[in-house]
Parts: sequence; C-alpha cells; structure tokens
Amino acid sequence: MMGRLTDGLPRRALVLLALLLALAVVAPFCVGDYWLTVLILILYFAYTGQAWNIMMGFAGQLSLGHALFVGLGAYTTATLFAYYGIPPWIGLIAAVAVTVACGAIIGFLAFRFRVAGVYFAILTIAFAEFARTGFDNWSFANGAAGLFLPVAQYTHNDLWQLRGHPAMFYYVLLAATVLVFVASRLILKSRLGFYCLAIREDEQAARASGVNTFRYKMYAVMISAGMTSFAGMFYAFFYNNLFPEQVFNISRSIEIILAPLVGGVGTLGGPIFGAFVLEGLAEGLHNLLDTFGIDIPGIKQVVFGAVLLLVVIALPEGLWPWIARRLGLAERR
Amino acid sequence: MPIDIYLNVAVGGILAGLVYGLMALGLSVIFGVVRVVNFAHGEMMAIAMYASLLAFSLFKIDPLLMILPCAVLLFGLGYCLQGVLINRFITRPEHSQFLLMVAIAIIITNIQLIAFGPDARSVQTPYAYDSYQFGRLIVDADKLYGAIAALVVAAMLFAFFRFTRLGTAIRACADNYTGAQVVGLDVKRLYALTFGLGCACVGAAGAILMLSADVTPQFGPVATLQAFIIVITGGMGSMVGALLGGVLIGLTAAMAGLLFTPSIKAMFVYGILVLVLLFRPQGIIGKKTS
Amino acid sequence: MMSALLEVKSVSKRFRGLVAVDNVSVAVEEGAIFAVIGPNGAGKTTLFNMIAGEFMPSAGTISFKGGRIDGLAADQVCRRGIGRTFQIVKPFLGLTVEENVTVGALLRQRGVAEARNRAHEVLRRLDLYDKRFQRASGLTLPDRKRLEVARALATDPQLLLLDEVMAGLRPTETDRMVAILRDLNRDRGMTILLIEHVMRAVMALASRILVLHHGAAIAEGAPTEVTRDRAVIDSYLGAEAI
Repeated sequence: MMGRLTDGLPRRALVLLALLLALAVVAPFCVGDYWLTVLILILYFAYTGQAWNIMMGFAGQLSLGHALFVGLGAYTTATLFAYYGIPPWIGLIAAVAVTVACGAIIGFLAFRFRVAGVYFAILTIAFAEFARTGFDNWSFANGAAGLFLPVAQYTHNDLWQLRGHPAMFYYVLLAATVLVFVASRLILKSRLGFYCLAIREDEQAARASGVNTFRYKMYAVMISAGMTSFAGMFYAFFYNNLFPEQVFNISRSIEIILAPLVGGVGTLGGPIFGAFVLEGLAEGLHNLLDTFGIDIPGIKQVVFGAVLLLVVIALPEGLWPWIARRLGLAERR
Repeated sequence: MPIDIYLNVAVGGILAGLVYGLMALGLSVIFGVVRVVNFAHGEMMAIAMYASLLAFSLFKIDPLLMILPCAVLLFGLGYCLQGVLINRFITRPEHSQFLLMVAIAIIITNIQLIAFGPDARSVQTPYAYDSYQFGRLIVDADKLYGAIAALVVAAMLFAFFRFTRLGTAIRACADNYTGAQVVGLDVKRLYALTFGLGCACVGAAGAILMLSADVTPQFGPVATLQAFIIVITGGMGSMVGALLGGVLIGLTAAMAGLLFTPSIKAMFVYGILVLVLLFRPQGIIGKKTS
Repeated sequence: MMSALLEVKSVSKRFRGLVAVDNVSVAVEEGAIFAVIGPNGAGKTTLFNMIAGEFMPSAGTISFKGGRIDGLAADQVCRRGIGRTFQIVKPFLGLTVEENVTVGALLRQRGVAEARNRAHEVLRRLDLYDKRFQRASGLTLPDRKRLEVARALATDPQLLLLDEVMAGLRPTETDRMVAILRDLNRDRGMTILLIEHVMRAVMALASRILVLHHGAAIAEGAPTEVTRDRAVIDSYLGAEAI
C-alpha cells in the first residue's frame, strides 16, 4: 500500500511532505497559543476543503451546502454527549451515519431527478438552509438559543471525551487531516477514483464506457458527507457551543470551498496549500493593520473574495498546480 | 381567526412579493439572455438599498425618488461588470461563472459591512405608518406604493423588450447566439446592455424595498437566495414567471408565517424550492432547456 | 437458423412530430462489418443512439445476443457487450491517454493494475502506446479518434458501434484506421457496425451496407449491389461515386 501511496510522486515531493509532517508534529512546542489556534484553523479548512474536494474535484458536483454536514456532525455528537454522556468518538459513529444518510438522500434526489450544475449547487444550499431554520426551531437541540457543551476543565487532557488543552485538539485534527489526505490519494488511485474522474470529465462518455454514473456519484457524495461529519464533531468539542445560525450558515459553506478553490480543485495539494495561503494572508493583514492600530471587521473576507476572484479569473486550476510545476513537485505523468 | 386577518396578510404578502418579483425579474432577464447565474444579485440590491439610505439620511430624498438614480447606478455597474469581466467567462464552464459571481458577492457584502457596520438601518418616510382601507382590507401605504412602483418598472421593461428594436435584438441573442452574430448583432455589447438592465431592475427594487424593509450587509445573500427561489419557481428566463413566482412566494411566506410560526416560513419556502428543483426545474412558466 | 448478434426490428423514433427513424429493421451477423450510410439527417446517429441506450425507441425492439436491450441505460448496454464511439469525440480531456483507456478496461478487469495492463494491450494495438502519458487534451484529432476507439475496445465488447470515425482524417490516417479495424475483425472476430460518409473506408471494410434516407431504409445488401441501386445513387451517392 505504501507503494500505491507514493507511486508517481517525485522524490522532492516526498521529502517535502516528510518535512512538513515533522514540522507539524513539533509545532505546538515551538509556537504560542495564538499561533496554535491559527494552525488549527488552517488544518480545519484543509480537512473540510479536502472532504468537499471529493465531491467537487473528483466527481464534479458543486456543493455550496457543506455546512449542512458539518452542522449535522456537530449537533449529533454534541447532543449525544450533552444529554446522554456518550463520548464523542462513539457519537462520531452516529454522526457519520446521519451525514452519510443525508448525503445519500440529497444525492438520490438530485441524480434521480437530473438536477445538475448550478441547480445542484442551489439544491445543496436549500438543504443547508432548511436545516438551519429547522434547527433554529427544534427545541431538542435548544433551537436558536444554542447548545452548550459541559466544560469540566482545561488542564487535564482527556482524549476520549475531547476535553483539554488546544494542543490536544491540534494533534487530533492533524491526525485526521493526514488520514483524509491518505484516504483521498488511495481513492484517486482506485476504481472509485478513476470512475469519479471520468464522470467529472464527461458523464455521458463515462456511461458509454460502462460506468454506473448514478452509483459512483452517490459514493462520492456519501463519502464526502461522512468525512465532513468529523469536522462537525471537532467544531462542537473545540468551541463548546453551537448555534444553528452560525453552524449551518451559508457563509460556513462558502468558507469551506475557498481553500480548495484557491489552492486547486481536484488536486491533493490544493486544499492544504489554499488553507495556508488564505489564513496566512488573513493573519498577515491582521498584523499589518494592528501595527497601525486599525481593526476592520470584514476586511479579511474582502481579501478572501479578492483572492478568489483573482484565482477564478487568472488561475482557474488553482495556485497549487502552478507552483507545483514550478518547483518540480508535480506528479510524474 | 377572522377572515380579515388572512386577507390582510395575504394581500401584504402579494404586494411585498411584487417587489421581490421585480428583483427576481432582473435575475431572470440576465439568465435568459446571457445565461449567467448572477449569484451577486441580492448583494447588488443591497447596494441600491444603501444608496437610498444615504440619500435619505443625507439629503432627505424619498426612496421612491431614488428609483431612477439607483436604476441608473446599477445599470452602469452591471454594464461595466459584464463588459469588463463576465464577457470573458461566457465560454467557460458553468461553475466557473458561478464562482466568479460568488467572489464578487463576498467582496460586495463585506465592503458594505466595513462601510456601514452590521446593524440594521432603515428609512422612516413621513407616510411610513399610513394605511389605506378598502372595505375590510387594510393596506400599508408603503407596501402599496412599492408594489405599484414595481409594476410600473416591470411594465416598462416588458415594453422595452417587446416594442423597441434594441429589445428585439436582445431577444434574438437569447434565442440564438450564433445566429445573432451572423446577422451582425454586436452580441457582447448587447450582453452588457442586458446585464445592465437586469441590474437596473435590482436597483429599482432596492430603492423601493427601502420603503418597507431594513438593510444589513447580510441582507444581500438572503436576497440572492430569495431571488433564486422565485426565479426557479417561476421559471428561469421568463419575465412573467419571475413576477408570478414573486407573488407566489410572497403569498406563501406570508401565509406560512401566519399559520405557523414566523421562523417556520423560511423552511416552507426552502421546501418549495427543493420540490421545484426536483419535479419542475423549468418552473411554472419556463420551457425545458436542452 | 441462428439469430444474428444484433437484431433491430421495426424500430422508429419520433421527436415531437419529427420522425427521425422510420420503421428500420436490420440484422447484424456475428463477425460481420456492417456499414450504415446515407445523407446527413437520415437518422443514422439516432439509430445508433437507440442501440447504445442513449434513448428509447418510440416503437420496435432491439435485441443483442438474444436478449432485449431497448430501454436499457447506456452503461448497461456497454456491460452487455456493446462499445461505442461518439460522432464528436468525447475524450476525458483532463486524464492521460492511459487513464482514458483504463476507465474502459475497468469494466471487465478486477482491479486498477489489471485494467492498466489491459489498457496497454489495447493502446499498442491502436498505435497509441507511446503517447500513453500525454493528456488527452493535447492530442490531435486523429489520435483522439483512435483514443475513442481504444477506450471502447477496452470494455471488451462483442460489437463495436463506430460513429463516423473516419471524419476529418486525411487519407493516410483513414487507411491506418481501416487497417486497424480490419485486423480487429479478422483476428478477434469483432463485429463492427459503423456509420460512415467516407465511401473509400466503407467499400474497403463493409460486408453489408444499410442505406438510410429521411429515417427510412431504402436499400440493404452487399456493397456492390447497394452502390448500384438507383434510389441510393439518386439520394446520396451521385453518379460519380461508382
């Protein structure tokens, strides 16, 4: 399997990956709490971006409602923990089941009724909004008032219950992000990957080549949804409070797609590179303004919007492929 | 509940729906001709709303008088946007165009946040609390004026497309891009014109809406979604469909708010959207496109 | 009498008042190379699309290897053993030549490694092996046509539907393709049903020809008979063709 994983990657890329991984592992010991939080944000968006990427980059289905899966994952694990004391990792099993089922429903409805392209994107938005307003009114989840997780302490690291120091969260997220990328690469090299790429390129030609496009689009949606639920669990247990207005908001969905779009849809390096660039820009800007004593809420999003605009116009395949080629890191074709 | 309340709420919903219908009309026109899905539509309406707000708070100009200036302002904005940017994207894949508009929407919304802050702002006209009585029906003055203004603007647009040479040329482009080019029409310029017109609608609708609604930076995305729901329900590319859809959604939302709780009405509307997308994506009036 | 590999019986297709295919019947024997010719708009591609499962006939039945296939989806038809190319080629542009054909090969092969090997075999036969790492988007038209055939061939079909696969090729390229197809037919017993305008290729390959005009069959038989048929000459070939 190691062979399958690394096959095709130039040596430079492997060395770089190993280096990055090493840096990532020691980071919490070198940086303060503030930068640790920034790193967590980067990893969070790399993770969700890659999970989203599986639907879009691999199978070509544009989802603008991924916050739905984050929210479902968050609320499932949070309510199970807050009301029944079920530890988050067990709750995750339920969360994955819920999101996969939800993804299956959306996929089934969309693909059976031939809802595609922009209409599919709007359908995903509709489902996410439906969930947002639904949870706002659902007393079981405490509605718009918000769900709060009991926080016992911050000093002692409890991995099982996900209570503890941010560094613990960092490592959990790092492990998950590495896993999601490994999984994505394995998928890409498998039958599922080939078929999804074919569907993305030309669905009709894929069908003529014997691909059951309905089934494989469903797989892509379900896998993407299931992976995203972990991000929801993380969100719930890291921030300890959930408001439907925040979690299911379309802004969350748009945030999720920014990193892979800027970095490069359909590539493996894209989402994480995009996450670094965007958060890096945001932090840089924040610090710059700080030195002048200016604080402008919303400036970060304007910059993100501008970057997205530039990428869509000038570098539609994303920043990462362009850079990878320059640095000789691109896969040998 | 007495029938009066149902009637009043229903009529209120229809009148509000007409204004949203005008906004959606712009979206429909743009899609019908240029085939671009303008995801920044609501945000553009917010621009018009803030413009009217400024005009009112600085110069005491009534929003109804801002209809023309806003329409012109947004026309210019739309024309330039299409000419400079979007025209390059005509041959690009659909989601590429879509994402372009998403980026523009993000930028507009957040510039508004920076410029005006997150709080809701509104306009208090001297007749804001007036109402007219027609028998058992009580109608708010601002909603009534707004609906009438919306109908007038829509009628002008209909007339333009039906009776003027330019309007006919634009319709030709919609039906047949290559054919129109062959006949010698400057399609790119007509596209820019159309986009401008669509945005002008939205500008007018924004000024009108300032009469009865508040504006926040978050209003943009909400309005965009609303416009999509209306246009998809009524039929993408159909002008009558947009107005009809607006009235329908306005009515449904108002009644749902009355019969259930107000927050449920949003769920209702999204539910309708899902059903329409699945079972009749061409909308009530639209034709199935290949 | 053994039934033919492909049996099209009284098939028609109506599109909202336009009759695209009008009561066409044809039987393609196993191992044959059968050509369908006729002027543009005669209904040839519509017929193909019905066989390949893109849409259902308005009337009539289509059977393959004894079983009904009209009404099956395109991927199911492919699984039954029919491979097809498109008149306007549809390669997976973002994938390499090798990846394109591997997608086809995955239909019958157990895993990606086996599929890649099968793809290599097919690529060699189609003279594309040396270009296997090239992106499909960078290929010339003749190469794209051969890629299209390769991808269909990788699905191990018993019947190949080729839609104007010679269109746009220069004579040398045409001859090359004809040779490949003839070898396929001779060595592997591949049954081929092709739509063609390039009469040179048709005469070189076909053992039987069906002529369509305005959706209806106006002639069927051996090449020599068909090309001398009065109706065929008047409607399509023109006197110079013979």
